[in-house]
Parts: sequence; structure tokens; C-alpha cells
Amino acid sequence: MTAEKKERKEPSFYEVKKHRGIFAWILSTDHKRIGLLYLYSMMTFFSGAAILGLLMKLELIAPGPTIMTARTYNGFFTLHGIIMIFLIVIPGLPAVFGNFMLPIMIGARDVAFPRLNLFSWYIYITGAIIVLSSQFTGGGPPDTGWTFYAPYSFKTSTNMLPAVLGAFTLGFASILTGLNFIVTIHRMRAPGMTWMKMPLFPWTLYGTAWIQLLATPIVGITLLMTIGERVLHIGFFDPALGGDPVLYQHLFWIYSHPAVYIMILPAMGVISEILPTFAQKTIYGYKAIIASTIAIAFVGYFVWGHHMFVSGISNTALFVFSILTFLVAIPSGVKVFNWISTIYKGSISLRTPFFWAVSFIFVFMIGGLTGLVLGSLATNVHVHDTHFVVAHFHFIVFGGVGFAFMGALHYWFPKIYGRMFDEYWANLGWLIFFIGFLTLYFPMFILGIAGMPRRYFDYLPQFHGWNVVSSLGAIVTIMGLIIIIFNLFRSARIGAPAPKNPWGGRTLEWTVDSPPSLENFEEIPVISKGPYDYK
Amino acid sequence: MWLFIFTELLLFAGLFIVYATYRYKNWQAFHLAAKELNTFIGALNTVILLTSSATIAMSITAIQQKRKILAMVLMGITMAVGVVFLVNKYFEWGLKIQHGLYPGSQTLLEFGKGEVLFFGLYFFMTGLHALHIIVGLIFIGFVFVYVIRNRITFDNYVLLENAGLYWHLVDIIWIFLFPLFYLIT
Repeated sequence: MTAEKKERKEPSFYEVKKHRGIFAWILSTDHKRIGLLYLYSMMTFFSGAAILGLLMKLELIAPGPTIMTARTYNGFFTLHGIIMIFLIVIPGLPAVFGNFMLPIMIGARDVAFPRLNLFSWYIYITGAIIVLSSQFTGGGPPDTGWTFYAPYSFKTSTNMLPAVLGAFTLGFASILTGLNFIVTIHRMRAPGMTWMKMPLFPWTLYGTAWIQLLATPIVGITLLMTIGERVLHIGFFDPALGGDPVLYQHLFWIYSHPAVYIMILPAMGVISEILPTFAQKTIYGYKAIIASTIAIAFVGYFVWGHHMFVSGISNTALFVFSILTFLVAIPSGVKVFNWISTIYKGSISLRTPFFWAVSFIFVFMIGGLTGLVLGSLATNVHVHDTHFVVAHFHFIVFGGVGFAFMGALHYWFPKIYGRMFDEYWANLGWLIFFIGFLTLYFPMFILGIAGMPRRYFDYLPQFHGWNVVSSLGAIVTIMGLIIIIFNLFRSARIGAPAPKNPWGGRTLEWTVDSPPSLENFEEIPVISKGPYDYK
Repeated sequence: MWLFIFTELLLFAGLFIVYATYRYKNWQAFHLAAKELNTFIGALNTVILLTSSATIAMSITAIQQKRKILAMVLMGITMAVGVVFLVNKYFEWGLKIQHGLYPGSQTLLEFGKGEVLFFGLYFFMTGLHALHIIVGLIFIGFVFVYVIRNRITFDNYVLLENAGLYWHLVDIIWIFLFPLFYLIT
């Protein structure tokens, strides 16, 4: 420890404080502190929403009302969806690891607009408070699901306003973060770091930032219109007044489908960082990964209609949307091939982040391929709004983004906290979580094909068996989560001190101290080589 | 700032899509309903906003030429004219509401569905636009104070330029709203 202390010239960013106590955090414009603020707020929300998920699975362990009424169940899946989507997976990777790592990885001292960055966090928290206040005020918790579909969203007597308004506010935080990242990446790269020498995580953040910027305003205005419907009875989406509910679905999914790529692109970036490090081999097809990132971000705009195959849109539109949906699968496939080729013949070290990355590829493949089942017209009609859909997007969102998030957390943990985590418990936690995850969601595919609809608190007796399996899986998953989080908490306090570069990574963040100093770099490095320069 | 303005345009783009869809479906009703709007006040407001855009642009030039007082006067005119726009809007809305033409009103329900949508969109879009005017006024107000305190000078006028950009955005949205609601008769 003393040797380590002597080695560093600058104190770590934890030790430099402008304000006292909690104000050192909530008034700091340092990108690293803001990233951690996001991390801690998200952890809090996540544990709440995960418990809601567990309770829902317990409800489904037997037919009929088990532990809650239908109304509570409706409220639960709505809140679970809103928190998980708007508060965790959409901002998740960009806000936490993007904030913390992006400036370091491109060789900058901070993001382009540090104060705007802190301001985004305040907007985020305000939005979160507004959303959560919907539970305790007015006519009971919202029960529309996170999609707020019209006309139910303005007909229900429950407390929709705060939920919608909160989601609207969160959109602003998302837009500002995206804007900040675009400017940072354009203007603040270290000298010599050309676009084609930028690591892949910043590249995916760049693609994400554009989606955040271009898609979020549409959902913003849609949610505002929903508020207008409820408060002023304008009739945009009310058939009784001449409006069209299907138009709501169009506007909503114009944002919310690209939002899926806001979630998954940074996750792909994280995987593209972890794999070369643990295979000690340069990434296979660097340019192909960048091209596929941009292709996903671009094509992702034009596929929103595949959420609406049974909503009554024209046959031509159905056909076009289905084709475009299949097109998105191509760049995703390119990425998977690149990842596999990266570890092929590499000198692999089996460490925790590597396990997360490989299991990411596994669940992402299942999630992606079942996405094609949903994207083709005929099969979609059969499985639409069944548990098949639930299983599919949990494989992508929880399996994809969640696994990548965990991978990123373990990968950069030594950098963030300056301490190593206990790998035995981390690996055990991963194994339990992975097994639990598959047991939890895989039966849902079978249930969905058998015809069990989503969003019901009850089901027919013939679905009982697989539901029991799934609910047991939920318990195992939560156990795994507890082990992982507890281990990380413990390691952050008493883990062995981490060296600068514990995994042998080649990107810039491994050249600075762990934890980094306030200014990140004593001297801004000059880049002359590509990001994954292994022998 | 340019990127932010882009997102604002997209925000309104969502509304323009809704407008386009419903106009396509109910073009006759939209045609009739638009006759209810007073083209004179609309045109007046267009002139007012264009003038204010000109004055804010001039104030940026004035700052560049180190003519602080002139810049402040021009910004003052911009704000005053912005307020006049809102006052006009207030009277216009007031008259509509007096005639019972507001969303959810009984009179409006007696008309067809197209009229309901037209006035719904009218109030929503001009309302959101008015909200932007208010935000713009506050923005310019802050910049005004900064100019007084010499925080914005001839070599550091980015904030004033951004305020100007925002004001132009508000202006350009109105340029689109005006024909869509007033001139389609």
C-alpha cells in the first residue's frame, strides 16, 4: 500500500474535495463523481424494481390470486417496467460508465460541459422522484404498463400524470447526456487519436448519443400530448373525439424502438472492450464493428412498426417493417462473429469479466434469434403479447444489457475503487445468476408458444408446471445478485489494492492510476497506435 | 446549442406529423375551422416576431462592435416585443375561449371531429410555442443581466449568441405554425 502510494504523484479523485460531506458529491462537476452518483442512484432503484419482479414471479407460482390482487399486479408490472426502462437500462451504461470512462478512454480531463453533466443528474433525480410519487398520490398506482398506450392511459382513473411527466423529464436528462457526449467525442479526443484509433466503447457511446438526441424528443412530445389528453381532453388519440390511438403507438415506438438500441449499443461496446483484454488479442474486424454499430443505430430508426403488427396497419407497411427488422439482425450478427473471432486462438484468461462477456454473447444470441421469430409476420401473430415477448426482451434487456453492465462493473471495478474484488465469490455469484437467469426466462418462451398471455396475474392450470420452474429461477437469480452485490461492496472496502493495469488492457484508462486522479492525466497522452495493440 | 435546437425542432416535428395525419383525414373540417382564426392578429404576430429576431441579431453585432448600450437597448426591444406577442396571443385565446372554442368545451363537441382536432392542435401547438417564448424571454433576461455586469463582452458573447439562436428557433417554429393554422383557409 505504501509503495503504491509513493508511486502515484497526484492524489486520487476521492481525496480532492471542494465541499464537505455529501456536498463533495452532489455539487461536484467531476465526471467520475457524477458517474458514481448515477451508479448509486441506479443501484437503489434497481433493487426496488428487482424486488417487484420477484414478487410478480411469486404471484405467478400458482394459478389464482397467490399473494396479491389483480390490481396490485397491474401496478407492479407498470412500476417495474417504468423503473427498469426509464431509470435503469436507458441511462444505465452511458450515464454510469460513459461518464466515468469516456473522458479517460479518449484522453480528456472531463466531458465537454461538466456543469451540464451535473445538471443532467439533477434532472434525472427529479424525474425519478416525480415517477415514484405516482405511487403515493392521487388515484392509486398507474396500471397501464410502461408503454402508456392510449386510449387507456387517459381513461384510467389511476395516477398517470406523475408517471408520464416523470418519463418526460427523464427524457431531458437523456438528451443532455447524449449532447454532452457527442461534443466531447468530437472536440476532446487526445492528440493523435483519430476516429479510427478510438476504442470501441466510445464509438458505441457515440452512436447511442445520436439516438438519444434524435429519438427522445419524439417520445417527449408524445408524452406531453398524453398529458394534454388527460388534462385538457384534446382528443389527439381519442376515437370519440376523432383522434387515432394507433397514431399514439406510432409516435411512441418511433422513440421506444431506437431506445432499445440506446440500451444495447453501449453494452456491445463493453463486450468489445472486455474480450480483447482477456484474450490478449486485438479485436477482430475493428472497422466492421464500427460499421455495424452505425448501421444498427441507423436502421434501428425504421423498424418501430414491428411492435404494431396486430394494431391494424397496412399490409405494405407490415411487409416493409418486417424486412427492415430482419436487416437489423445482420449488423448484430456481424458483431457476434467478430467477438467469437476475437477470442479464437487468443490466450484466454478465465477471469470474472470474461465470464460475463461470454455469457452475454450466449444470452444475446438467444434473445436476438427469438427477436426474428417476433419480427416475421406470421409467427408474430401467434406469439404477440404472450410470455414469449416477455422472455425475448428480458433476454436482450436483462440478459444483454444486464450482463454487460455486470461485466463492465467487474472489469472497471479495480479502476473505479482502486481495489480488487474477491474473484471466488464473484465467479460463484455469476454462476448462480446465470443458472437462475436461464431457469427464470427460458420457460417463458415455452409458455408463450403455448399461448400464455403477458400482463395477467392469473393463468390456466395447464401452464402451472413451467411457471413454477420460472418462479424458482427468479429466486435463484436474486440470490446470485445478492452474492454479487455483497461481494462488490465488501471488496470496495477491504479488497487488495489494485495496480494500474490488473487485466493487461491496452486502452487509455489502464495507463492512469487506480483510482484516477482528479485531472485523469498528468499530461495528455499523444496517441500513435490503435486501441487494441496486442502482440 | 445547435444540437439542442435540433432536438427542439424534432419535438415540434412530432406535432407536425400529428397535424399532417389529421389534416389528411379531415381536410374539409380543417379548412372550415381555420376560417375561425383571425388572420390579421396572426400576421401581426408574425411581423412582431420577425422584428424581434432582427433586433436580437443586431444586438449580437452591437456587442461585437463593443457598443454595450446599443446592444442592451436592442435586447430590451426584443423582450418588449416578445411580451407584446404574448399579449396578442392572450387576447386571441381569450376570444376563442369566450366563443366556447377550447378543448373539451360543449360548443366544440357540437362541431365535427375535425374541428375538435383542429382546435386541440391549435391550442396545444401555439401553447407549447408560447411556452418556448416565455423560456426565451427568461433566457434573454439572464443574458441582459450578464451584459450589464460585463460578464458578456465583445470577445465572449457565446451566451448571447445562444440566446439569439434560441430566439430564432422560436421564430422559425412560428413561421411554420402561422400558415398551417391561419393561412390554409
